[in-house]
Amino acid sequence: MTQFAASAADRDGPFAGSGFPGGYVPGGYVSGRHVSDRESLDAGGDRPLIEVENLGYAYGSRVACRDIGFTLYPGEVLGVVGESGSGKTTLLSCLAGRLSPAAGRILYDRRPDGPVDLATLSEAERRLLIRTEWGIVHQNPRDGLRMGVSAGANIGERLMALGHRHFGQIREAAAHWLAEVEIDTDRMDDLPRSFSGGMQQRLQIARTLVIGPRLVFMDEPTGGLDVSVQARLLDLLRRLVAEMNLSGVLVTHELAVARLLAHRLMVMKGGRVVESGLTDQVLDDPHHPYTQLLVSSMLQV
Amino acid sequence: MDQSLMLRVRDLTKTFVIHTQGGVVIEVFSGLGFDLGAGECVALNGPSGCGKSTLLRSLYANYKADSGRILIRHAGSVVDMVSSDPRTVLAVRRATLGYVSQFLRVIPRVPTLDVVAEPAVIAGVPRSEALARASVLLRRLNIPGRLWSLPPATFSGGEQQRVNIARGFVLDYPVLLLDEPTASLDADNREVVMDLMGEAKARGAGLVGIFHDREVRDRIADRLFDLPRQEDAA
Repeated sequence: MTQFAASAADRDGPFAGSGFPGGYVPGGYVSGRHVSDRESLDAGGDRPLIEVENLGYAYGSRVACRDIGFTLYPGEVLGVVGESGSGKTTLLSCLAGRLSPAAGRILYDRRPDGPVDLATLSEAERRLLIRTEWGIVHQNPRDGLRMGVSAGANIGERLMALGHRHFGQIREAAAHWLAEVEIDTDRMDDLPRSFSGGMQQRLQIARTLVIGPRLVFMDEPTGGLDVSVQARLLDLLRRLVAEMNLSGVLVTHELAVARLLAHRLMVMKGGRVVESGLTDQVLDDPHHPYTQLLVSSMLQV
Repeated sequence: MDQSLMLRVRDLTKTFVIHTQGGVVIEVFSGLGFDLGAGECVALNGPSGCGKSTLLRSLYANYKADSGRILIRHAGSVVDMVSSDPRTVLAVRRATLGYVSQFLRVIPRVPTLDVVAEPAVIAGVPRSEALARASVLLRRLNIPGRLWSLPPATFSGGEQQRVNIARGFVLDYPVLLLDEPTASLDADNREVVMDLMGEAKARGAGLVGIFHDREVRDRIADRLFDLPRQEDAA
């Protein structure tokens, strides 16, 4: 079996030393149905970062989302697509703790103690989680940035909130992150309002990622940007997500954006998930009438 | 599954239901089955429109088969691509199953060298080694060095296809799917691609391909798998 280019992750996986090569395997094969999610092909036996079960939310009598369920593992990006009003932004707000779900459960694998039900957390615990483990990239950078303080301070104050006090180190980290998102470090002391829309969005990403989050929520991160600016941002996000092994939930109505960033896709309509699966499978072989309509309506994805 | 088998397909059925056209049902194939051994190349055979590309895409789980099994030897076990969850399918694609499509899907702004190296990087090969492998392949496929730092978006069709092929060979996948790998290539580059496929077989990889080029098929394929003609095949 030497021809198998098993990755380092697989080498220590649950199948290591299973003695399969050359042997008879009862049942003939192993599939995703026979092996539970947690056991199958884990990279080093990891477990879900977030598990969502039967999530629902209503604004008064109007149901915005219902029966939403998914599991997200470290390093995975889940795309949520659907038209305006499909419930995708409400779902994101529930996940990110801005709305309290009316139904269902969200389990999050918190450091260091393991899975916790987010509904049982105190407000202080929730805020700590947002400060230390989560990041949110808003569609409008003004919602994620502090427009009255410099670019460097926008990045640095996230570190200060974590207890960093060494001014030189904070400034160094800010410069590093400006460079990471391709903003000239000369602009460190400028206010974000002097930046273009694309630069503001990149600054927001630097501010989000400087704390080294495990989970990032992205709400139409490329919305409202020129196509060329969008391409740069997508490339940047793609690279950073891979390098930092980030997990993400990406809400977008642009299928091309979802194709580039998301490993898996959920298609929402009327508050429900109508189709989900591998991103390329959902986009290239859509099954649900709504997904087919969505895909065939796009110019080219 | 016998140890020498890389891939076993059984009772594979694929139908498209097109709701945007009043629920038209297109039956592409049903009950297909074949085996692929280590070091072997199976060429999918049949007239244009009989579903060869659909079968290839189904094997990669890019298309979702209605029923049946696609068993592939992966990481010391055997995985069914039809019933496995997305995460498992992605793991198989990362390490075991390569796919050379007919066209390169260009990623904006990413330089050619990185486009080619990416599958190896994702599979855990150190970046420097992945880039070295990518350079070797690009050189063999006659992509001039001055183009390596540019994104392939503006390249000619033939150049893009060679970038695509380099990307497909940058990792030594145990199973490789190839959709017309030599289409739009000149004689020299066709020769290089045939060499690459020959080398893959020699190291024990199993290949499934669509080759309209008779010479390529005769030289690389060990067997033909005939797809039955279907009335309404897409």
